[in-house]
Amino acid sequence: MVSEQLLSAIEGAKVLMVGAGGIGCELLKTLALSGFQDIHIIDIDTIEISNLNRQFLFRQSHVGQSKAKASTFTCIFLVARDAVLRFRPNISITPYHANIKESRFNVDFFKEFDVVLNGLDNLDARRHVNRLCLAAHVPLVESGTTGFLGQVTVHLKGETECYECHPKPAPKTYPVCTITSTPSKFVHCIVWAKELLFEKLFGNKNQENDLNVSSSDASNSSEHSEDVFECRIDEEIEQYGRRIYDHVFGLNIEVALSNKETWKNRNKPRPIYSKDVLSEKLTKQNGNTEKVSATDDVSAMSSLALKNPQVVWSLAENSRVFLESLRLFFLKRGKEIGNLTFDKDDQLAVEFVTAAANIRASSFGIPLHSLFEAKGIAGNIVHAVASTNAIIAGLIVIEAIKVLKRDNNNYRMTYCLEHPSRKLLLMPVEPYEPNQSCYVCSETSLSLEVNTHRSKLRDVVEKIVNARLGMNFPLLMLGATILYEVGEDLEEDMVAVYAANLEKALSELPSPVISGTVLTVEDLQQELKCCINIKHREEFDEKEHDGMLLSRWVEPPADKDGNKPIGNGESPSSVLPTEEILEGEKDVEIQETSEPTEMLQGRKENRPMFRKESVPIMLKKKGRSETDDVDLSDCTLMALTMSWQISAKVGVNCDIFLVGTVLSVFQSFGHNFGYGC
Amino acid sequence: MNGEELTEQETALYDRQIRVWGADAQRRLSKSHILVYGMKGTVAEFCKNIVLAGVGSVTLVDDRAVNEEALSTNFLVLPDENLYHGKTLAEVCCDSLKEFNPMVHVSVEKGDISTFGVEFFEKFDAVVISCCSLAKKKLINQKCRKLPKHIAYYTVDCRGSCGEIFVDLKNYKYSKKKLEETIECQLEYPSFEDAIAAPWKALPKRVSKLYFAMRVIEQFEDIEGRNAGQTSIADLPGVLKLRKELCETNSVNESQIPDALLERLLTGTSEFPPVCAIIGGILGQEVIKAISGKGDPLKNFFFFDAMDGKGLIEDISKP
Repeated sequence: MVSEQLLSAIEGAKVLMVGAGGIGCELLKTLALSGFQDIHIIDIDTIEISNLNRQFLFRQSHVGQSKAKASTFTCIFLVARDAVLRFRPNISITPYHANIKESRFNVDFFKEFDVVLNGLDNLDARRHVNRLCLAAHVPLVESGTTGFLGQVTVHLKGETECYECHPKPAPKTYPVCTITSTPSKFVHCIVWAKELLFEKLFGNKNQENDLNVSSSDASNSSEHSEDVFECRIDEEIEQYGRRIYDHVFGLNIEVALSNKETWKNRNKPRPIYSKDVLSEKLTKQNGNTEKVSATDDVSAMSSLALKNPQVVWSLAENSRVFLESLRLFFLKRGKEIGNLTFDKDDQLAVEFVTAAANIRASSFGIPLHSLFEAKGIAGNIVHAVASTNAIIAGLIVIEAIKVLKRDNNNYRMTYCLEHPSRKLLLMPVEPYEPNQSCYVCSETSLSLEVNTHRSKLRDVVEKIVNARLGMNFPLLMLGATILYEVGEDLEEDMVAVYAANLEKALSELPSPVISGTVLTVEDLQQELKCCINIKHREEFDEKEHDGMLLSRWVEPPADKDGNKPIGNGESPSSVLPTEEILEGEKDVEIQETSEPTEMLQGRKENRPMFRKESVPIMLKKKGRSETDDVDLSDCTLMALTMSWQISAKVGVNCDIFLVGTVLSVFQSFGHNFGYGC
Repeated sequence: MNGEELTEQETALYDRQIRVWGADAQRRLSKSHILVYGMKGTVAEFCKNIVLAGVGSVTLVDDRAVNEEALSTNFLVLPDENLYHGKTLAEVCCDSLKEFNPMVHVSVEKGDISTFGVEFFEKFDAVVISCCSLAKKKLINQKCRKLPKHIAYYTVDCRGSCGEIFVDLKNYKYSKKKLEETIECQLEYPSFEDAIAAPWKALPKRVSKLYFAMRVIEQFEDIEGRNAGQTSIADLPGVLKLRKELCETNSVNESQIPDALLERLLTGTSEFPPVCAIIGGILGQEVIKAISGKGDPLKNFFFFDAMDGKGLIEDISKP
C-alpha cells in the first residue's frame, strides 16, 4: 500500500511522542509496525496495575511500588520500548523520563522533529506542547480517548486551528461555601472529604479553609478548631476518632443550622453523632480484634471484612470505615501524617474519603455511593479500554503519514463515536482555519477586569498567567519595566524585587497597574507573547470568585475621522465562550477527553455551546468563504443524543460528563456537507 | 446479582474498563470463550484487545508457518527464529498473547476448520473468521447458526488501506437504559450467505462502494479457486470483467465500483498496520458488546477506507 517514496519518508522521519500511557503503547506499536525507525518518547509516569487493562506492553511484574514508597519503580516507556524492540529490533526508540515542561524541551528541541504526536492526559501539558509546536513550526497530531469515545486532530501553524483556538474549559471548581456549608451533590461531599477533612487531618494542618466556616464568630471558631483536630496527649485513637467524627458531622452541623438564613430555602442537614450510629460495644470490639496485617496493605475494608467495593455501605458501615481508617492511619502510618496528599491509589485514603463523604452526604440527604464510585470521582478517574486507544493510535499514524507526505488537502480531524451518526462510527472532518481571535496562534490582545486596589500581582500571576494562560515561565512587563519574571539566573536583588511585587496591590506597584494599563506577558520557552489591557472594576459577584474577568480585547470603534473616542475608558469587550463555562455553576460541562477534571456536572439543559454571533469567526473552514451559515440545530441534536447515551452507558449513580469530542462535533455538524459516498 | 463476584485482582486490573461497561458485563466477559481463525495482523490486534478485556478463553486456529508477511504486520510474531521455528502461526501468537493477561486462557486448535463438526463450535460464544474463502465463511456461519446456543459470528478482512467487518448475531436480544427506563431491544441478523445475496439494485443508493468491491473480489477468488488474499494487479482484467458481469446481472452501473478501488484492493493484499489497529479495535468492541450484552451492536457490515478516513456501517440484508 505504501509507495517506495513514502516508505523512505517514513523510515527517515524523526517522530516525537509525548505521553506513553494508554494511547502511547498502542501508538508506539503501530508506529513501529508502520516502518517508523526513529521515535522519541517523553513520559513522566510509572506503571500502575490499573494501567494493565489497556497498556498491553506492560506486565504484572512491571507494576511499580506505591508512589509513597517509590523505592523501585518502572518507567512506562522503558518497558514499552523494550517490548516494541522485541518485534522491531532495529529501530531507535529514545526515551526521556521527564516532564515535558522542562526547559531542555525548548523550541530548538522540537524543531528537530518532523511531527509531534500527543498521547497526554492533561490539558496543561497539551497547551504547552501546542505552543512549542507553533513556535517550532512543527506539525502536531493531538488525540484523546474516554471510554468508547475518541478523537484525533491535526494542527499546523498558519494552516489549521491550533489546539487552543477554541479554549478548552479548565477543570471545574465549586464555590467555597457550597463545599463547606451547602453541599447538594455527592461530588461536593467528596471535595469536602478530600480537600478539607483529609487535608486537615493527614496533610497540611495550616490550610486556609476552616472547617467551621459557617460560624459567624470567625476568631473564636478558628481557635476552637485548632484544639479540635489535634490529638490530645493521653487520648486513645479510638476516642480521638469519635471526637473528630462528632465534631465534623455533629457539632459543625449544629452550628451551621443555627444560621437560619442559610436554610430558608434549602433542606436542612441533620447532625450525626457516633453514639447514635454505632454502639460503644462495637467500636471496642474492633479495637480488640485488630488484625495484625502481615502485608503493607493497610485497609479498613479488610479489617472490617467489607469485601466488595461496588456495594454501597450503610451509614453505620461508613461510620465504621471512617473510624477504622482513621485509626489505621495513626497506628500504621503515623510517620506520614502531616505530609499526606490524597492519592487515588492509596487504598486507605480512598476508604477514608469515601466514608467521610458518605456520612456527610447522609447528613445532607444526598444519596450515598460505593467506594468504587467515590474513588472514580475523588480520583478523577478516566474510564478507558484498550480497543478505543488502538483505534485512535491507528488514526494518529494515518495522519502522521499524511503530514510527512505534505498531503495538505487530506488532513482530517477524526472522531470516534460510540453510536453511529449518519452511518459513521469514524467521522473525518476537514480541519478549520486558525481562529483569528486566538491569543495563542493569532496575535490577539486580552482584556482583564480586576480591582486594581484589592488584587495583588500574585493573583494575576497565579490565576491568570499561570492557570488561565498556561504560561509556566512568565515574564510580565509594563512598558519597559519588568514587574515579574521567573528564570534560572536572575540576580538576587531582582528576585527580591519580584517577590515584593507579588505581594503588592496592582495599583501600588512601582509601575502602577491601573485602568488603561497594557501589560505584556511572555513565556520565553513557549515563545508566546500576549498583551493584556487592564480595566479597573470595583465589585465582582459571587460567581466570579477569582475577582477577575479575562476576555478577548476588542478595540473601541473609531469615529468617522478615524479617531478613537475619548470616553470613560469603557471599552466594549466581547466575552470568549470560555467565560460562559468557567464562571459559577454551569449547566453543561464539556471536558477534554482523557482529561481528569476536578468535578463532574450534571446536565440540566441542552443548548448549543456557541452563541450564534461568535460562530462565523470560529468555524471558518479551510478554503471556504468568509461566513458560512451554521445550523446549530444539528449540533443540539448531537448533544442530546450523546448526553443520554453516555449517561445510559455509564449507568453510575453520579453525575455525567460530556466529552470534548462533542464540542468539536458541534463544529463539524455545522459544516456537514453531505457525507454520502 | 449472582454469587460469582470478580476477584480483588480482577477488580483492580479491570478498574478502568469496569467504569465503562460495569462489573456485571466484566463478569460475563470473564466467562466467555472466543474462537479465532486466521492469525493476520488485524486479528492479532483483535486478540490483544479481547485478552486485555479479560475474556475467559481464546482459541486460535492457524496451522500456517510463520512467513514474511506475519513478521511484518503481526506484532505477536517476534522476529526470533528460535522462538518460532517449528511452530505454527497460531502457536506463536498463543505464546505472546498469554503474556498480556495471565487470567485469560489462550490455546491452539489444529486442523482444517471446515472439517470441525457443529459440536466443536458449540463451545464458543463468539467466532471470528479471517483469511477465509467465501465457501468456508458460509460453511462456518451455517454451523454456528445451526446450534440453539447463541453464537456471535464475525468475519474480518483487511486489504491494504481498507477493511471490512461482517456481523451475524442471529436473533439478538439485549436491554439498554434510556434516561431512567430500561428498554428491551431485539435485532434480527441475516446469515452471511443471505446478506450478500441481497440484490444490489435493492440496496440504498449511497451504500459504500467498498461493499461491492469486496464482493467482486470475493467472487473472483472463489471462481478462480484462490486462497483468500491471493490476488495481484495482474488479475485486474479478470476482475473488471467479472465486475461487468455482476453489474449487468444486478442491473447496476459499473461506476458503482470504481477501477481505482478494485486496483487498490488487488494490490494491497498485505495489511496496513494502522488499519489493522483500527479494524481490530472496532471488532474488539463489537465482540465485547455482544458478549456483555451492553451497547448497541453493529449491524451488519463495517467498512473503513484510510483514503477518506470514514468508518461506516451498512445494514445489508435481503428485503
